[in-house]
Amino acid sequence: MNIVVLVKQTFDTEEKIIVQGGTVSQDGVKLIVNPYDEYALEEALRLREKHGGTVTAITCGNEQSTEALRTALAMGADEAIRLEIEPGDDSASLAAAIAAVVQPLKPDLLLAGLFAVDTGSGSVALQVAERLGLPHASAVVKLEVNGSTLIADRDVEGDTATVEVPLPALVTAQQGLNEPRYPSLPGIMKAKRKPLRVVSRIELGPDAAAPATQRLSVETVPPRAAGKRLGGGTPAELAAQLAKLLHEEAKVL
Amino acid sequence: MSINCLVYAECKDGKLRRVALEALGAARQLAADSGAVHALLAGADSTALAEAAAELASRGAAVVHIADDAALRDGAPEAVQAAIAAAIAAARPDAVLLGHTALGREVAPRVAAAIGAGHAADVTAIVTTGDGGDVVFARPLYAGKAVERLRIAPGAPMVISVRPNNLPPAETLPAGAAPGAVSALAYSAPTLWTTVRSVVRKTTGAVDLAEADIIVSGGRGVRSSDGFAPLQELASLLGGAVGASRGACDAGYCDYALQIGQTGKVVTPQLYIACGISGAIQHLAGMSGSRVIVAVNKDPDAPIFGVADYGVVGDLFDIVPLLTGEFRRILGAS
Ligand SMILES: Cc1cc2nc3c(=O)[nH]c(=O)nc-3n(C[C@H](O)[C@H](O)[C@H](O)COP(=O)(O)OP(=O)(O)OC[C@H]3O[C@@H](n4cnc5c(N)ncnc54)[C@H](O)[C@@H]3O)c2cc1C
Repeated sequence: MNIVVLVKQTFDTEEKIIVQGGTVSQDGVKLIVNPYDEYALEEALRLREKHGGTVTAITCGNEQSTEALRTALAMGADEAIRLEIEPGDDSASLAAAIAAVVQPLKPDLLLAGLFAVDTGSGSVALQVAERLGLPHASAVVKLEVNGSTLIADRDVEGDTATVEVPLPALVTAQQGLNEPRYPSLPGIMKAKRKPLRVVSRIELGPDAAAPATQRLSVETVPPRAAGKRLGGGTPAELAAQLAKLLHEEAKVL
Repeated sequence: MSINCLVYAECKDGKLRRVALEALGAARQLAADSGAVHALLAGADSTALAEAAAELASRGAAVVHIADDAALRDGAPEAVQAAIAAAIAAARPDAVLLGHTALGREVAPRVAAAIGAGHAADVTAIVTTGDGGDVVFARPLYAGKAVERLRIAPGAPMVISVRPNNLPPAETLPAGAAPGAVSALAYSAPTLWTTVRSVVRKTTGAVDLAEADIIVSGGRGVRSSDGFAPLQELASLLGGAVGASRGACDAGYCDYALQIGQTGKVVTPQLYIACGISGAIQHLAGMSGSRVIVAVNKDPDAPIFGVADYGVVGDLFDIVPLLTGEFRRILGAS
């Protein structure tokens, strides 16, 4: 099986967001592989272990995002491609560029995370699938490949739907799909010698598309302030006090 | 400038989802005085579709298109996408609106790519409409730690998926106003890629977590699956839903279906009652947009108190049943 995994480098989920001069500051921020993309990557490696083939990791990002690809290679991906990012890119322009890079690879399976924990749109991978005319199964928590079809358990707002989709297809990974491995030391050493290609956007030529949305501003959301702490009293008194406040002050009933 | 809108009005178990009415409200706002608001219903149960159509027509959809076909029964995304494509051909909208639900999340990007539109996903507010033709949407970044304003150029096609429970639902038209028209959509099912083999219902509550007004949520502090019983009782009394932290899910006290947070559901209820939840940042990412937050926790230093409007230091097994009793009394009296 020829598997392509879409990977994005994101902030660690514990990071504080600081906005400076209208953009999110990257200073001293710990960067990780988007957790959902790690599930996608792990699943690709497991499928390759079972069915043979190759795993190619693709990211669209700046020079620094090469680290995310090195992690993917250290986990076991065979090769990696970094597609340059342009200022003002949005889901539409990224999807067009990624589709142009993926198309000649003719993957049997395209894997991606359900969404990226920074921008949170969950839009790019599905736009790529649409551009390539591929079916998809999204929010997958269990995956099996059986000949030319895949059988997937999908998380549908908490319910589980089991679907069958013909290959080639896109699968987006939801938490629960697997437990991603850590890169091993030999894996990290080997990764340094694995092929990592950089593709400029100019090379894509006419397949590129302009962004269709524009970010005007980013603001941090002020953290919620602590409110009232109900003090003292027996549990019964506390419960009565709370019920009264919710009813009369917060008016939520 | 006026924006012509098409709303894909999603139904669940034959009933309009609330987020469908919220998307319709957003469409009416974008259309302002002169844009057309069309709605699309797609399903396979004629009676249910007719009822939903009447509701949409009474809330400001000028035309409700109905795609009624057996291919739409299972909710295969490509079947729904084809219905949206047919409605786009009929209504020629500038903007397509959907709920940012499981189905909306998979269909909206594909519709956007198919028609060459920009996709504003998980929208929580419409910031400006009309002015100079610009439309600006607010949407969360970094699991709610920041908000971006996203602009779509005047005249450009757009697909907007709206986060449930954030935008006001479309109001019923004033008495005497003529309701919209209902029209059968020419729909021919595409070749279906997806075969739905089975759907296992794990969400048992009558109230959908993402759309619930009140959520009573339990963490590792509930200690067992039985420990959720008092929370369920409180939620039932208030017409709310039960949620959970990942801690409780990981411990096997409840199904992952209930998980709230960065990797679970993002909820925005009127009232969120966190019981035995410490308040890890990944949990807060899923619920800090709630209007009122209550925390019940034994540990006075638990970080959840830092975001709670009302904090009670105490044992949840004492407090929650007593709170249920108090509410029962209040509700009975009013
Ligand atoms: C990438 C990533 C993603 C994650 N995504 C999520 C997510 O989506 N959602 C999520 O919730 N977590 C998520 N987590 C996990 C998160 O970091 C926490 O581990 C988790 O939220 C803790 O759950 P908890 O509060 O139930 O448990 P704990 O942190 O163990 O807290 C239990 C609390 O219960 C209190 N308690 C105990 N007994 C009682 C009692 N009888 N009465 C009252 N209080 C009592 C304790 O004082 C304590 O504060 C994620 C973590 C990572 C790394």
